[in-house]
Amino acid sequence: MSEQKYHLSIGGMNCAGCVSRVETALRAVPGVTEASVNLVERSAWVRGTVAPEDVIAAVRQAGYEAALLQEEQDTEEKAAAEMAHYRRLLRHAGIAAVVGVPLMAADVFGVMPHVETPMERLFWLLIAIVSVVVMAATGGRFFVGAVKSFRAHNATMDTLIALGTGAAWVFSTLVVLRPEWVPEAARHVYFEAALIIIALVNFGSALEMRARGKTSEAIKRLIGLRPRTARVVREGRELDVPIAEVGLDETLRVRPGERIAVDGVVIDGRSAVDESMLTGEPLPVEKYAGDEVVGGTLNTTGTFLYQARRIGKDTVLSQIIEMVRQAQASKPAIGRLVDRIAGVFVPAVLIIAVLTFLGWMNVGPAPAISYALVATMTVLIIACPCALGLATPMSIMVGVGKAAEAGVLIRKGEALQRASQLTTIVLDKTGTVTAGHPALTGLYPAEGVSEEELLTCAASIERGSEHPLAQAIVQAAQARGLALRASSGFESIAGHGVRAQIEDQDIVLGNQRLMAQQGVALDAFAAQAARLAEEAKTAIFVAHAGRLLGVLAVADPVKPDSRAAVARLQSLGLKVVMLTGDQQATAQAVAREVGVDEFIAEVLPQDKAAKVAELQQGGAVVAMVGDGINDAPALAQADVGFAIGSGTDVAMESADIVLMRGSLHGVADAIAVSNVTLRNIKQNLFGAFIYNSLGIPLAAGVFYPIFGWLLNPVIAGAAMALSSVTVVSNANRLRLFTPRREAA
Amino acid sequence: MLVIINILGLLLIALIVWWFWMATPRAVRIAGDIVDIRVAGGVYTPAQIQVPVGKPVRLRFLRQDATPCARQVVIPRLERVFELELNKPREVTLTFPESGEYEFACEMHMYVGRFLAA
Repeated sequence: MSEQKYHLSIGGMNCAGCVSRVETALRAVPGVTEASVNLVERSAWVRGTVAPEDVIAAVRQAGYEAALLQEEQDTEEKAAAEMAHYRRLLRHAGIAAVVGVPLMAADVFGVMPHVETPMERLFWLLIAIVSVVVMAATGGRFFVGAVKSFRAHNATMDTLIALGTGAAWVFSTLVVLRPEWVPEAARHVYFEAALIIIALVNFGSALEMRARGKTSEAIKRLIGLRPRTARVVREGRELDVPIAEVGLDETLRVRPGERIAVDGVVIDGRSAVDESMLTGEPLPVEKYAGDEVVGGTLNTTGTFLYQARRIGKDTVLSQIIEMVRQAQASKPAIGRLVDRIAGVFVPAVLIIAVLTFLGWMNVGPAPAISYALVATMTVLIIACPCALGLATPMSIMVGVGKAAEAGVLIRKGEALQRASQLTTIVLDKTGTVTAGHPALTGLYPAEGVSEEELLTCAASIERGSEHPLAQAIVQAAQARGLALRASSGFESIAGHGVRAQIEDQDIVLGNQRLMAQQGVALDAFAAQAARLAEEAKTAIFVAHAGRLLGVLAVADPVKPDSRAAVARLQSLGLKVVMLTGDQQATAQAVAREVGVDEFIAEVLPQDKAAKVAELQQGGAVVAMVGDGINDAPALAQADVGFAIGSGTDVAMESADIVLMRGSLHGVADAIAVSNVTLRNIKQNLFGAFIYNSLGIPLAAGVFYPIFGWLLNPVIAGAAMALSSVTVVSNANRLRLFTPRREAA
Repeated sequence: MLVIINILGLLLIALIVWWFWMATPRAVRIAGDIVDIRVAGGVYTPAQIQVPVGKPVRLRFLRQDATPCARQVVIPRLERVFELELNKPREVTLTFPESGEYEFACEMHMYVGRFLAA
């Protein structure tokens, strides 16, 4: 067994004595060569020829908990492997350059011997041997890759590099060994070109690798949100255990400034939780008993106990990471087209290279073999399928990551492309434009009655009711911290309201018809009631002993930023349509308030998909925005389905894009990111196509008869190495994009 | 001499067309309950694998190629993507719902292989 390195999460350590005990236990395991324990991080690094299970068993035997931090280990190892490869590429570039550059300099300054006398040939033979050794050491992988690809009926970048540099070396060696086979004027060697090209390609790969690392920063940041340990409450004691050991329904505590370990429900205590890293919502969200909390979010000042409801791969954060990974690797239609081109690209370049050789041999000036060889080599070297292949995935990687940072989860690359082509946005009203549940929106007390008195009275009666309107009143009273009074004799008057006694006083609460039945005069409130009806609000009257105490207005309120988000969508050139099952008057009131271009009222849930289809038949490219549950068929029918989330449910199969926070700004953010990503892909593809379609003819010498242009293979190598670096760097520009600022 | 060069050149072009675009490598049949696919030297070995339709197929990828492109395997028709760590076997189970070709490739589409479901 080879030596392994493990990172363990250690639970139950409280002091330096624990550190010593765990370290002793670890070092006692046969095969362990090194062990170090960190009390602050409650973790340990272990190195040795030992299985992880044995290490964990030893820690447990010592009275502590241990678990393998797999993700952590993977990340560390991955980073180490990537760094090793990066250094290897640079080292290879350096070695090839150290040999190639002096040879080239000597050639440029004319101090190199010719290939004529036996001594000169011996000198060049030595150079040929040194070159082939350096080429094998620093560019051997190109040759191995080329042979393997060839045997698999495939041709890659390696094929081109190996053929280009290999042809240069073979021809040069032929000149040295059998000069009589080559016309006198063509007796030139190209060892330095082969070496410098290999140096440049290695250097370009190293630069590309460095730039690539930055494209996956978003996913690294998400992975970094996972806490390593959690504080669980077991048998009345609080213990720090590795995150992998938290069980479902276990009670956990989170202290101020700590990250919440797993998804759960608050059972005791309260605090404000910063969820911005997942939802993009900048303000901390107040959490009380019964509220859901999401693993990876940051507790601010309070402390609370919560019960684990989702752990491991089921947590929202794990699902987000997986979703982002999948989306980053998926390609829109434009990318799949490029894949088809990339699939035939290298063989096509090989054919062009052969035609170039034949062309120069047939019609080229003397020495034709030299021109033919140089031009063929240059064609092979300058062609860069990497730039084409990288163009789409690099931009998607950054674009999807950027969207995730703003709380917008793009499930597939295809959605990015379609979102940039939208003409119409259909918004479901309830839960999308509005909050989705009734809330108290106004209090209108009668003369001599305070707002608090009116609300206390209404909430004290409604406390016993489960009606959504009643709950809205009770919640409003609780939010204001009002002390409710005891009520008795609660009686529901179906379709009208309720009656109850508070401190022996008979109170009625209900609609206008109930007031009429009770002989309560509405007086000035009649006009108020009419106005509330126009605004699609429900008026609830409260009366005592035939006298009106006031009116409460309850409605499903429009989200505070819906109007601004609709305006922002319109500023992006989109037509905004609202769809609702509500009656015309209610729909009209909400439509007016948020400023949509059009509304369609009285649509049954099952007919929403048909309405979307109708708009599509009219030529519109439609996005549907809904809650992802009731609107699933409409979301699936739309060109792009947006599920507007609660921040906890991300696995919405029917949606192409999931918005982690409830704001409609997420839709505009997603469209803005899509537009900018698609633009970036097109820039990359344009650059890659232009590069290849100008570079290859230039290398082949097409412009030689007119302008006398013929490219040096070393310049071609530099251009090729830079082309893929340029593509990755351009994709990295997307990291600077901020959706809100640019699109507002 | 030039005539011979021209004929050789044209034959070479014909060979390129035939080898890369027309001839296909022999597909490997699944023997046992798992297929090992090695990712090294710019290719998947084996690159053509015959798989049954509708039955779960266990695959074990081993990436021995440090090139960043080799990190991801994308199977567009199944909408599956998975990452390969260097020198660490990665096991995946796939089910091919209908007969036909299912291409698998690296993110840049340079490493290409095919599952032939029948």
